[in-house]
Amino acid sequence: MTVKELRETVKSLLTEGKVDLVIGWGKGTMPGTSTPVFIDTAEKADSLIFDSTCRNNLSVYFTKDRRALAKDDKKIGVLVKGCDSRSLVLNITEKQIDREKVTIIGVPCNGVVDMKKVVGKVDGKEILEFTDDSKKVTVKGREFELTFPLDEVISDSCLTCVRRDAVEYDLFIGEAREPGSDENAYAEVEEFEKLDSEERWERMKQEYSACIRCYACRNVCPSCYCNVCFVDQNDPQWIGKSPEITDTMIFHIIRNLHVAGRCVECGACERACPMDIKLLLLNRKVAKEVRDRFGSITGTGLENKPAMADFKEDENQDFIMG
Amino acid sequence: MSEWQPKILAVLCNWCSYAGADLAGVSRMQYPPNIRVVRVPCSGRVDPLFILKGLQSGYDGVLVSGCHPGDCHYISGNYVARRRFAVLKPLLEFVGIEPDRVQFSWISAGEGERFAEVVSKVTEDIKKIGPAKRLVKGA
Ligand code: SF4
Ligand code: SF4
Ligand code: FES
Repeated sequence: MTVKELRETVKSLLTEGKVDLVIGWGKGTMPGTSTPVFIDTAEKADSLIFDSTCRNNLSVYFTKDRRALAKDDKKIGVLVKGCDSRSLVLNITEKQIDREKVTIIGVPCNGVVDMKKVVGKVDGKEILEFTDDSKKVTVKGREFELTFPLDEVISDSCLTCVRRDAVEYDLFIGEAREPGSDENAYAEVEEFEKLDSEERWERMKQEYSACIRCYACRNVCPSCYCNVCFVDQNDPQWIGKSPEITDTMIFHIIRNLHVAGRCVECGACERACPMDIKLLLLNRKVAKEVRDRFGSITGTGLENKPAMADFKEDENQDFIMG
Repeated sequence: MSEWQPKILAVLCNWCSYAGADLAGVSRMQYPPNIRVVRVPCSGRVDPLFILKGLQSGYDGVLVSGCHPGDCHYISGNYVARRRFAVLKPLLEFVGIEPDRVQFSWISAGEGERFAEVVSKVTEDIKKIGPAKRLVKGA
């Protein structure tokens, strides 16, 4: 895929009247960043880009307080990476989005860059220019220039991702690759499972006691769209507001249960966290259970019911007292 | 000194397990007095927050019980609940809550004896692991 192809495709969609608006990514103001852009005329399409800085999961524009966007009569196109497409599929199966009204445009993802890792590569020096060619990243600053493989600086969520290309699309720019095997996708979870109970609790305490309960992880999540979130409810108040570890852990346990069978492991929550908490470990644990117990992988099929809204009568119930 | 006695929250569905508890009672069966019962319409009504709130506010263990699969008064409430618990239980264990701290069972209205057995078993299990420390408020 070239940026030119991307722009031309979007231009023709607009001029042929197939869509009224395309949501995509444009260059951000800082090196190594991108920003969502809303393209409603062919000229504007020239601001579109796609590279490893395109972290945002644009499916959020169809949920939360922006639901109206998907409900009015406009035909909307949206650019998606693999994980973003799974969010869309989930939201379609949850009847938040009408499949007919959205034109899904897949772009080939090679992982999105984690700028903290890049900054680490240059020992915290100021980066003035960032470029990537889908395999290598080059950064420039005052008196330095460094090139390294993209794989060394992609987000943790991308390291184990086996569905980098859209699972559902109307058109794909370039060629969509088949999903890989997820046999080893949960190695980190399995490692953690091996620790004893006490040790796991200590590690959790250590990791999560940094949480300042800003709820950025919830706000950014394309699967979190309740009108009133349980953390904002105060009558009854289900969840304590204190920074005590018990309140924080309960928030995170419930957050994970609320996105059980709904989390697409896009990593947006982890990237949004100002305290650098490794949030995906819990999300992944839940995703692994959902996969192993119910044979369900979130957002991979329009005909699949979300796992937690579904059941089989003769299901494994090994955890129920005999 | 007398033996430490755990406090156990028992969340029971109205149509089966609560009636099972009732049967155990009217049949004068003996079981440990450690449980405090909360009656809910169906196991499908059990929000994981009930369980976590219980542990947070001083219960040493939680037992949730509903109708056997196929017997739910609302047809599928317990099937949906089962999926919820199937994720909740391993997740709680993952973050370091002892496996026996939270338990699930199916008890019908006719199983008074089974109710007494389950409560005895859960009480024994929780005595073994001792007072709840993790997730407890002010701990
Ligand atoms: S919980 Fe995190 S990883 Fe999962 S869908 Fe939401 S933002 Fe993405
Ligand atoms: S974004 Fe991070 S600090 Fe904020 S609530 Fe979520 S985990 Fe806590
Ligand atoms: S009524 Fe007993 S589990 Fe639903």
